[in-house]
Formats: sequence, structure tokens, C-alpha cells
Amino acid sequence: MEHILTIERKSIKQEDAENVLSIRNLYKSFGENHVLADFNLELHRGENVAVLGKSGSGKSVLIKCIIGLLDPDSGSINVLGQDIEELTIHKMDELRTKIGFLFQSNALYDSMTVRENLEFPLRRHWIKLDTEERNRKVMEVLTNVGLAHTVDMMPAELSGGMRKRIALARTLILDPEIILYDEPTTGLDPITGKEISNLIKAMGEKYNTSALIISHDMGCIRTTADRIVMLIDGRCYAQGTYEELKKNNDPKVKQFFE
Amino acid sequence: MPQTWQRFLNETGELSRFAGRFFSQGFKPRYEISELLRQCYIIGYKSLPLVGLTGFIMGLVLTMQLRPSLISYGAESQLPAMVGIAVVREIGPVITALIFAGKIGSSIGAELGSMKVTEQIDAMEVSGTNPFKYLVVTRVLAATLMLPVLVILSDAISLYGSYLGINIKGVISLDLYFKQAFDALSFDDFVPAFIKTYFFGFAVGMVGCFKGFNSHKGTEGVGRSANSAVVVSSVLIFILDLLAVQVTDILGLN
Repeated sequence: MEHILTIERKSIKQEDAENVLSIRNLYKSFGENHVLADFNLELHRGENVAVLGKSGSGKSVLIKCIIGLLDPDSGSINVLGQDIEELTIHKMDELRTKIGFLFQSNALYDSMTVRENLEFPLRRHWIKLDTEERNRKVMEVLTNVGLAHTVDMMPAELSGGMRKRIALARTLILDPEIILYDEPTTGLDPITGKEISNLIKAMGEKYNTSALIISHDMGCIRTTADRIVMLIDGRCYAQGTYEELKKNNDPKVKQFFE
Repeated sequence: MPQTWQRFLNETGELSRFAGRFFSQGFKPRYEISELLRQCYIIGYKSLPLVGLTGFIMGLVLTMQLRPSLISYGAESQLPAMVGIAVVREIGPVITALIFAGKIGSSIGAELGSMKVTEQIDAMEVSGTNPFKYLVVTRVLAATLMLPVLVILSDAISLYGSYLGINIKGVISLDLYFKQAFDALSFDDFVPAFIKTYFFGFAVGMVGCFKGFNSHKGTEGVGRSANSAVVVSSVLIFILDLLAVQVTDILGLN
């Protein structure tokens, strides 16, 4: 199985760009189940990378390791120049203000209104803002995701696509440098999924973020990703742009594009 | 070792570790004062109508049930004293704690359980919040502090219910009723009963949070967390009561 495909990349202008995230030799197992085995990844500033893999292939485990919700067994994860395993809880919280995380289930707080949901990260990260400024920031991100009218609604009153937008707004409110998307279109209808994909792309450009998108939705990946990394058997099996991978004849790669 | 026993011991160990984490993290800054107050309001104030109603019915029914027996001994006048002692020493704290376990234990278990399965607890951690402190410490403290207050209120309402119960078939003034009830009571009756309610509250809060926080994936897990939170905390209340009576006995307060 030692045949990692290194596809020659035509657009290598970002090769020299600064890495905002680099993962080296990452291992993570749950009992006998080796989810990640020698996984490597680099994310350049301003780049959108999609990690493609089957359900249960360890995609979510990967981004939970990056944000520090899970501890890897071995290997190093460097985010914005800092090795996360060496960080204290305090420093990790500081770093997390620069990393946005969009959860698969949105993870909006049911007991809070949309406004309170958006204010939560601002309040909790000790970001000093007066009420007016905080309101302005909340309305700004809400307008950007096109849902300014929902500010005083409860998450339960919103549709799935709206909830996803609010969750994205909550991620954007801290002006993160990197956003990690955990299956952003799963559970949405194709049309809404497409809208969310376009929104991800647009917000990435507007807020000038780098993004790591975990997904198995080829439509979403095609819209959002500059580069695709295929996570198969716990490793980076192949990488390249959508078109490059589509032309690839390896059966394991091909099955995603059929 | 049979599997059930192993599971029981495992869970007991994990619950103890969870409680240990409460003591090691709960008293270090940053303090979540506003969330604690909010939880005190939800856990304490919002439980008052239920606790009050059950307390009232308990006092009234106990009086009406005791009455025929006491009449047969010609000791009807001892009703306020008997009900007073029974309510303050045992029935008030235990019944209130059980009602509290049913209401608060299940709601904490279900709330934290659903937060866990919908990744809200992870989202909190990512938002620079220690979810253990924000969710668990505040709820456990609120339950520990609020149950004793609820028990005192419930005791008072029970005694009033009992006063009305006596007046259904007999006549007694409120003054006389409370004089007779309190004459029979001393601080030795009240204080141990009061102290044990802190432990009951702690047990309800801790078990509810433990079950919710360790809820497994899926909605079925949430239901199971809520259910087992009530069952385990109710059993713990009886076990703590058993221990409390031994301790007060050893201390000579019985």
C-alpha cells in the first residue's frame, strides 16, 4: 500500500506561501482502530483545502485534533507558528480566537437567541467591546450571511440552512485566520448545500481566511476548494486540484468522482 | 467478575473522578458568577411551585392518616408534635430531595446530554470556555445551595398543610398549632436534617451533570442520561440518608 500518489500540481504559485497550518506524521487510534496513521498536511495562507474521505475515515478526528478537542497519539500540529501540544490551556484559548470551527451539527446553543449565540465567543474570549460596538459586529456578520432579520430569534425557529449560516456567522465574528469546516453541507438539500458552498467561498474571500473543509460532498468541494487532499487509510493518499484528481485513474480516487 | 458488577464499579469510579474534578477545578478562577446565579434561579426558584405543592399535600395527608391512630390512643393533641418531628427530621428533606431529583436531575441530564450530542459542549470549549466550569460547576453548586432552601420552605408549607388537615375534623388555632409543633422540636432535630440536604443537593447535581456530560451519541443516549440521572440520584439520596442517620446517632444527636 506504499504508493502515495504525488500528483504534479500545475498551479504551484502558493508553494512558497506561508503555512498557516502544518501537520506532520500525525497518528491517532481508538483502541485497535487506527484512524490516522502518518498523516501529513500543509495549509497555506489564503488557501482553501478540502479533505475528502469516506464517512468514518477520520476526517472529523483530524480537525478535532487541530483545534485541541482530541489529543493525537503522536506527530506534530503547528497552527500559525505554534505547536499546539506545547501550549498551555490559556495559550490554546488564545490561539482558538484565530481558528474558527464550523461544527457538523452547527452546535448553536439552543437556550440562547441568535444574538446571544453570536455574542458568546466575544464575551468568553474577554474581548473588550462596548455594547454598541458588539451590536455593530453582530449585525455586520449577520448581514454578511444574509440573516440580519433573525437576530432575536431562537435557533429552533430557523431552518437547517439558516442555522448553518448563523453558525458560520458565529465562526466569523472573531475574524479568524483559519476556519475549519466539519462537513458543512451534510444534512442540507442540494440547493441549500450549494448556497452554503458559495457562501463559504465568498466569506473566505471577504474575511481573507484560509480554510480546511472536511467533506464528502463533491459539489461543495468543487466550489470551495483550491486543493483536495484525499484521506484514505489514515494517510494523505493523493492530492491535487479537482480537475487533476478527476483525471486520475487510481481506483480508490476514481470512486469519489463517479 | 460478572459484567454488571464490573460496569457498576467502573461507573462508580468514573463518578468519583468526576466529583474530584469538581473540587479540583470548581474553586479556582475564573468564576462563573452570573451563570451560577442564573442556575440558582432556574434550579431553585423555578422548582418552588412543585416543591411547595408536594410539601403541602404531604403535610395534609400525613396528618389525616395519623389522626385515627392517635385518637385510638387518646393522643390526638399530639398531632402537631408528631407531624412536626416527622416532617422536619425525615419526610421533608427526603421527599423534597426526591422531587428535586425528578425535576432537576432529569433536566440537567437531558440538557447536558443533548448539548453533548449536538456538539454544543465542544463549541463552548472552542469558544474559550471551560465547559466543565461553565456547565457542571455552576449546576452542581446551584443544586447544592438551593435544595436546603427548598427543604426549609417545603417544611414550612407542610406544617401549614398539616394545620389545615387538623382543622378539617377538629379545631386548632395557627398559634397553638405552631407552638405545639415547635415545642416538640429542638435544634438537634433540625440541624442534622438541614445539613444532610446539602449532600442530597450535591448528589442530584453531580449525578445529573455526570450522566449528561458522559452521554453517548444519539438521541437515545439523551433519554437514557435523563432517566439514569433520576434513578441513580434517588438511590443515592436514600444511601446518604442511611449514612446521615448513622452519623447523627454516633454523634448522639438522635
